[in-house]
Amino acid sequence: MSQTISNGLFGAIGVTAIAYCLAAIGLNVHFGYTGLLNFGQAGFALVGGYAVAMPVMNWQWSIWATIPVVIIASSIFALLLGIPTLRLRSDYLAIVTIAAAEILRLLVSTPKLVHVTGATDGINSFTNDIQNTIPGFLKGKSVPLWEKQISDYEMWVMILGWFLVVLFSVGVWSLMRSPWGRVLRSIREDEDAARSLGKNVFAYKMTSLVLGGVIGGFGGAILVIGQRNASPGSFQTQFTFLTYAIIVLGGVGKVKGPIVGAMIFWFMINVSDNLLADWTDGSGFQLPTWVMDSSNFSFFRWILVGTGLVLLVIFRPQGIFGDKREQAFDVR
Amino acid sequence: MSDDAFADVPREPGAAKPEPILVADSVRRSFGGLTAVDVQHLEVQRNSITALIGPNGAGKTTFFNLLTGFDSPDSGEWAFNGTSMNGVSPYKAARKGMVRTFQLTKSLTRMSVMENMRLGATGQTGEKLWVAPFKFLWKTQEDAVTTRAEGLLARFKLDHMRDEFGGSLSGGQRKLLEMARALMVEPEMVMLDEPMAGVNPALKQSLLEHVKGLKDEGRTVLFVEHDMDMVHEIADWVVVMAEGQIIAEGPPSFIGANQAVIDAYLGAHQNTDLGV
Amino acid sequence: MSMSDGSAAVETRPNVIDVKELVGGYTSDVNILNGCNLTVAPGEFVGIIGPNGAGKSTLLKAVLGLLKIRSGAVYLHGEEITGTKAHELVGRGVGFVPQTRNVFPSLTVRENLEMGCYLKPSMFHERYEVVCEMFPKLKTRASQSASALSGGERQMVAMGRALMLNPSVLLLDEPSAGLSPMLQDEVFINCRHINAAGVAILMVEQNARRCLQVADRGYVLDQGRNAYTGSGRELLADPNVIGLYLGTLARTTGG
Repeated sequence: MSQTISNGLFGAIGVTAIAYCLAAIGLNVHFGYTGLLNFGQAGFALVGGYAVAMPVMNWQWSIWATIPVVIIASSIFALLLGIPTLRLRSDYLAIVTIAAAEILRLLVSTPKLVHVTGATDGINSFTNDIQNTIPGFLKGKSVPLWEKQISDYEMWVMILGWFLVVLFSVGVWSLMRSPWGRVLRSIREDEDAARSLGKNVFAYKMTSLVLGGVIGGFGGAILVIGQRNASPGSFQTQFTFLTYAIIVLGGVGKVKGPIVGAMIFWFMINVSDNLLADWTDGSGFQLPTWVMDSSNFSFFRWILVGTGLVLLVIFRPQGIFGDKREQAFDVR
Repeated sequence: MSDDAFADVPREPGAAKPEPILVADSVRRSFGGLTAVDVQHLEVQRNSITALIGPNGAGKTTFFNLLTGFDSPDSGEWAFNGTSMNGVSPYKAARKGMVRTFQLTKSLTRMSVMENMRLGATGQTGEKLWVAPFKFLWKTQEDAVTTRAEGLLARFKLDHMRDEFGGSLSGGQRKLLEMARALMVEPEMVMLDEPMAGVNPALKQSLLEHVKGLKDEGRTVLFVEHDMDMVHEIADWVVVMAEGQIIAEGPPSFIGANQAVIDAYLGAHQNTDLGV
Repeated sequence: MSMSDGSAAVETRPNVIDVKELVGGYTSDVNILNGCNLTVAPGEFVGIIGPNGAGKSTLLKAVLGLLKIRSGAVYLHGEEITGTKAHELVGRGVGFVPQTRNVFPSLTVRENLEMGCYLKPSMFHERYEVVCEMFPKLKTRASQSASALSGGERQMVAMGRALMLNPSVLLLDEPSAGLSPMLQDEVFINCRHINAAGVAILMVEQNARRCLQVADRGYVLDQGRNAYTGSGRELLADPNVIGLYLGTLARTTGG
């Protein structure tokens, strides 16, 4: 059990949680604050991940030099998505973003581009700069988290990742409490009202899409650095939907929502994964094999998560940090 | 209530005004086979209060939408302060000084009344992306905006609701918020689409004083309304629309007695007591 | 209980609607109604006026069981109906004309009226004739889609539909809202006709003057409580009511 909890805790603060947390912060900017229906956050994460891996693998760049590449690439992706769709009804953005994310994923999977993108296996050896910059106090050590041991590399990536989480969270917080953030929220409520008061709605929506997209890009960057692998398999549509689940869990449009949502979500995934593995591995308490066995238990955790989300939406739709009063309004 | 400016203006549709702030020509808009707006010529006198009346479906709101850029006409042109407004997007029209309210109010549901009001203020440096994260750069201006908003809310008797969500206001209160918010923009021309619908009679009266005050501040008011009491009380000039066209223009007393207007819009029972 | 031979009832019939000390609102923390009282006698025309946010529409919705009632009671013909669901009340003779979205735009006028008879379809043919006699325009426009109608005509369809089940009382929420003066007058005249046919009317209105002209009795609501009560004429002449609620704008006795 303590092994399970340790794995759970590790899940809550580990690289995957951080990556999804960043993606969720970005999506929160899009959807939570501006009301943009971005269904392609996986695409932004993919752009960010590959913006780190490709220059290092192909042109031997220092990994730190890829930071501006992440920003620029994510921004360009946002512009490509936004320019044709943001003047139209919100549904168009939804459709275009789902498609665009999938197009990107299929593009980097193409065997023809294997020398540039690594195709389906992806890119692997691009993280030496991170390895080499592990600070002295960590180097060679393994950090204990209850019964789990975290390698120095992973710990370093986690530190970098949480730094980004704090950085972007503070940034979002400071923006959203400002008049700029107020215009964004007014766009979420009613675009025409904002226009009638002299606000350039298109410009604000575009800026929001870029900002949230760049943050999502950094999510992808952390993911590939942490996994030491950038491959299309990490950025399927599931990525986007889990990110939505996380912001709903934490509370849409709240600064702390993505952080707590990501941590709790991945804690639960890991705990249920461990428990179900334990209950089907042939020793100790076992579930009857007609319910579940060792070959299919990993699917069940998603069923559990899905059910949990349905219950969440029924009984506490505002999420953890959401305001029940806001939820009570039928915004039409 | 007539103004000297209108003394020599002929009482006919499309009459020229001495100092027009808005001039529209041959503005047409059709939806499918239906002609919603077909305005040959309209001039709105600067610094006056003009009422736009007419039956539902006459095209008044569509006309508002066209003038403020929320819709594009099939043909026609119009100019505000001499500047052509064809193809000008709504937010730019608002910045140029033409601010309109909506018939179906657009209270920002999940934002507080005070936030609704603050949104209206123009020239907020805090609305710029690079300034926004640094509160000390916009705090002073925000405080000034808040004070101005509080004053307006008090005048509209909404100050006790300042922290309530826009969505929790009653229908009439939303109308009041809509108008108060528009005034935060300090527009040169205020275009009010049924501003008093749903507002109770006693409050209407005090608000009319406020609308008159807009004229004293040098602004121009163009409003759509069904309340003939209001029209008689404050309008300097009345424009009557029916089936997309302007069918009459003149001071309120003239319009109230005009047979075409009575037939199309006012009805024969205007001055009778319906209880007997 | 009425006498079947048509002679005047000796004992008094119970009120169509009684509202006693009603407290309630839309959310759990805020009460819009703070203790309202109201009666509608059989065949009476009662108007409710008052400032914005006073709770007028809320009171109608509370009677119809459309929101949370925290304390107090509502009675229909003497039987308690507090919190009873709206669709049940419609079956028991309560007609309702909401302020917005009160017709089905994709259906024709006749189909809208059919929907009014949904609970008792067998009544349709008879009631259709009765309602169309009251509002002949409904028959001439019978096969037109409701979305093609003007605001005043839609209002008429909404009222006609509410009458299809032969209600003993008709509840109307600001029926004149958004209509031109001519159409507003028509609404009030139509309501008088409906009332003359024996249907009690409970009407919430912003056009207070017109409402009090045609009503037998009126209630002035303020902040969720009864502020003034009296006959329509009394309220129209009361200086307090004029000052606080009616305003002195009217140049004549007309709307």
